[in-house]
Amino acid sequence: MSAHDTTTAETHHSPTKKLFMWVWFWLLILTGVEVLLAYLRLEPHLMLILLVGLSLIKSALIVAYFMHLRFEKIGLFLVVVPTLVFCLTMILIFVFPDSMRIVHLHP
Amino acid sequence: MAELDIDAIAGSSWDGGAAPFATNTKKLGMWLFLLSDSLTFSTAILAYAYVRLSSANWPRPFEISPAILNATFLTFILLSSSLTMVMAVAAAHRNEIKKAVIYILLTAVGGIAFVVLHLMEWFRLFNEGVTPWANKWGDPLFGGTFFGLTGLHMLHVSIGVIYLCIIAFGFGRRKFNADHVEVSGLYWHFVDLVWMFIFPMVYLMSVNLKG
Repeated sequence: MSAHDTTTAETHHSPTKKLFMWVWFWLLILTGVEVLLAYLRLEPHLMLILLVGLSLIKSALIVAYFMHLRFEKIGLFLVVVPTLVFCLTMILIFVFPDSMRIVHLHP
Repeated sequence: MAELDIDAIAGSSWDGGAAPFATNTKKLGMWLFLLSDSLTFSTAILAYAYVRLSSANWPRPFEISPAILNATFLTFILLSSSLTMVMAVAAAHRNEIKKAVIYILLTAVGGIAFVVLHLMEWFRLFNEGVTPWANKWGDPLFGGTFFGLTGLHMLHVSIGVIYLCIIAFGFGRRKFNADHVEVSGLYWHFVDLVWMFIFPMVYLMSVNLKG
């Protein structure tokens, strides 16, 4: 890739094509693991924890490399990620115990 | 609009100043939109989890073949279209316009394939008696949440395809620059990211336990 050597400051700390191929490859592997978990028909609680964990890893890979966040300024990360985590934590704390309570009302 | 030399203004990594995010307004705007959109999807998925948890007869209807395999193939299409989008952004920044346009259009083709295959699955479910308001396997909310979540995502993919076609057209005619391509790439990767949650939560958690 001779064109790559002549780029300006805009792309000088950008990841390479090979790195993107690796990220794509690992995303496919993790998807395969998820499908395998479904095939094994694990107990639902364990399955949910594993699936959410794998999905978080996959989304972190997409955000960090495909969406380039790892190579941006830390300020952009601080605006986007903690905000999201805070909002989701609030929803989980204030909404979910309620649905757990409803489960026990079933016969 | 005069383009600022962002690298020159924002020297150190955490000093605020004129360009605290060291990025252009388009990109920051897209990130903020994606932040709000991810909350939309999060609340939709959490609402799904809520009604599922509090339902007495929630069905787990999906067989490995064809439903799970079909959804896995959809995941493969979306992930691959993200890869071509990354290549498009890289080519755009290297100013290889023709290559970038081809990669953007390839991404859009992936999006169209996703929507077509997903709609075929929808119609299979309609034929089996599952609609947004009815479900012969159990709780009717299953249909509501399934079509609500996948429909909201499919809407995003469809809008993304239109967006990418506009970007490809404009970039090919040199009306848009590489920043436009990069920002449209952010949107596309986000749509891919959302599917990374819908696929396990809606499909894999609903695999038929009797198998």
